[in-house]
Amino acid sequence: MLGLDKKDTTLMLVVAALALLAPFILNPFPEGSAMAQFNAGYPDLMQRFAIYGILAIGFNILFGLTGYLSFGHAAFLGVGSYSAVWMFKLLSYNVIPGIILSVIVAGLFSVVIGFISLRRSGIYFSILTLAFAQMSYNLAYSVLGNPSSNFNLTNGETGLQVYASDPQILASASAPEVPHLFGVAMRSSYQLEVGSWLFTFNAGYYLCAVILMLSFYVSVRIFRSPFGMMLRAVKSNQQRMNYTGLHTRPYTLAAFVISGMYAGLAGGLLSTMDPLAGAERMQWTASGEVVLMTILGGAGTLLGPVVGAGFIKYFENIFSKINEGVLHQWFGFLPDGMESAVIWVVEHFVGPGWHLTLGLLFMLVVTFLPGGLVQGGQHLWRLLAGKSRKEEHAKTETQSTPAE
Amino acid sequence: MDAIILQILNGLDKGSAYALIALGLTLIFGTLGVVNFAHGALFMIGAFCAVTMQRLLTLSFETVDPTKTDFLGKPMKIKTHYVEAWFGPDVGASLVDWAVPLSILLAIPVMLIIGYVMERGLIKHFYKRPHADQILVTFGLAIVLQEIVKHYYGANPIPTGAPAAFRGSFDFGQLLGFDPNVIIYPYWRMVYFAFAAVIIGAVFAFLQFTTFGMVVRAGMADRETVGLLGINIDRRFTIMFGLAAAVAGLAGAMYAPINSPNYHMGMDFLVLSFVVVVVGGMGSLPGAVAAGFLLGILEAFASMNEIKSILPGIDQIIIYLVAIIILLTRPRGLLGRKGVMEE
Repeated sequence: MLGLDKKDTTLMLVVAALALLAPFILNPFPEGSAMAQFNAGYPDLMQRFAIYGILAIGFNILFGLTGYLSFGHAAFLGVGSYSAVWMFKLLSYNVIPGIILSVIVAGLFSVVIGFISLRRSGIYFSILTLAFAQMSYNLAYSVLGNPSSNFNLTNGETGLQVYASDPQILASASAPEVPHLFGVAMRSSYQLEVGSWLFTFNAGYYLCAVILMLSFYVSVRIFRSPFGMMLRAVKSNQQRMNYTGLHTRPYTLAAFVISGMYAGLAGGLLSTMDPLAGAERMQWTASGEVVLMTILGGAGTLLGPVVGAGFIKYFENIFSKINEGVLHQWFGFLPDGMESAVIWVVEHFVGPGWHLTLGLLFMLVVTFLPGGLVQGGQHLWRLLAGKSRKEEHAKTETQSTPAE
Repeated sequence: MDAIILQILNGLDKGSAYALIALGLTLIFGTLGVVNFAHGALFMIGAFCAVTMQRLLTLSFETVDPTKTDFLGKPMKIKTHYVEAWFGPDVGASLVDWAVPLSILLAIPVMLIIGYVMERGLIKHFYKRPHADQILVTFGLAIVLQEIVKHYYGANPIPTGAPAAFRGSFDFGQLLGFDPNVIIYPYWRMVYFAFAAVIIGAVFAFLQFTTFGMVVRAGMADRETVGLLGINIDRRFTIMFGLAAAVAGLAGAMYAPINSPNYHMGMDFLVLSFVVVVVGGMGSLPGAVAAGFLLGILEAFASMNEIKSILPGIDQIIIYLVAIIILLTRPRGLLGRKGVMEE
């Protein structure tokens, strides 16, 4: 279907089903029950799943295929956000021009950065991209965002937002005063009550979900194309590619730009969710987050980045909610002394300490499971399916390893 | 002329911090071949050693003074620091005052232990892994260290003062024959620069003039051959990792009065220090030190009002800009050796 083989079609269908049915799947616990706090089926979080999924898919096209570790992807996210908000300011609150411009601007931006950064590889590339991202962040935060100057591109600390005095030349009287798609406000949602369950279908989420499916489809096609094969070859041995007389930089640059456009798209979508773009989206911690998502899920796999993004965003949300009161509820059955000891330990990892958990988890994954959660899942699956390791080993043994 | 001297002086203290961190990064990279993204966190922990020392010295107990009353008419409670009670008020007060320099005594063992544990517990397993994995795992470690500090010390910067003797500023201009109050420079920054110079000198002397240093240098040049000679090079490299951690920690502890320690200061410095290392040349110790001071001074010059009015925002990006230009024109960095990190 659509140029995909059978396995990929199944994968695509699974992703599509997950994306479209997310309001059901993510709301497994009835409203008002003790477990309801683990529900993730509300619009804000679901949109984040989809948006960061797109971002991670894009990052994976660069890192997963070519092995170039960019520490500056947040710059494209930020540029995308700013472009979308500018479209809201100048044209109207319709999201289509905003999203289109954010992809284009991020693409142009990544051509420039990629052209320079890709002259170097390895850690130098990481540092170059990091330097560019920090430069963009500093500029957006200070000079380009000085509200008193004539050239106020980013509105500095406050963040770029739409004011009543903005031109909005295409705005029509009937359209809502929030980001909308041809009159359907992004925030509007339809609620369905089934028994004690409450499902929310949000317009903004479905826009993100459709774009996520498209992005995933494009990424599958890239992975399976000769172009994707070329990128993989760059990862495994760039030197030998060069020896065969092939100029690899156009390929890596193309991957970099595609990846940057994905990030710009994600940034634009973030702005449609909330039309306020701040410079902190470009900070290098944000770049680090994308790296975390991709690695945690499994770099170089199709599904990994989406899984990683969903995983991090979900647990960020859930873990941050847990406070001492909840912990006392959970561990109330333990004897007093033990209860306070357990709570003292667990407290480090929940609530504001969520980043500690994330850091530890990330270290564990990088150390023991370089293929990420997807690889872990595959191991588990194989274990359950009863395939012994020896069989697997024998299979890889017969494959000839290329000489260095 | 006076403005130029002033900016050079202003650049020195930040340059010192860059140079010290970059020195440690290069030591680790040169010996173990590991790219350590957690090095900024070590700098931050050093700064919090100063905070801890200050808190330890100001631990106090309360006594009730029946002769005085507070504004509510109750007997006044008086807090006394333990150190004042133990060593007498004069010695005690000066101990509290000198908390930051004294924190060196705390920082050295703490950082050596942290460095040793880190190398044996984690970094050891990443020698043979790709650099990307090393970056990622140390990045994770940096997050962990940062969050632990945040949990115990809070998210706000903690002001940590220099000793009263160094609080003022020194009129440097008068010494050189300029008008008074043209070139003034805080005493503590001078102390920091001198301290950095001593540490850098000590590290170089240690590597150059001791047998241990000679073995380490030989190991940096050719680890395998040194190992074949029956020398336990791994153990020495582990010690060097501890030493690099201690250098970062000392740099952080003494930096506390200049910049109130907060939990993310390490990350802020790390990014810049990596840029410094790259500009200086990966694997070159003199390069790291020279580039640290150079970029510190450049940053100071870029933040002059005269320059900012021509090129607004240049002070924010100058370091990155220089790094980009150097990486593209002189990929090995200013003093880089051949064959380091060149796949």
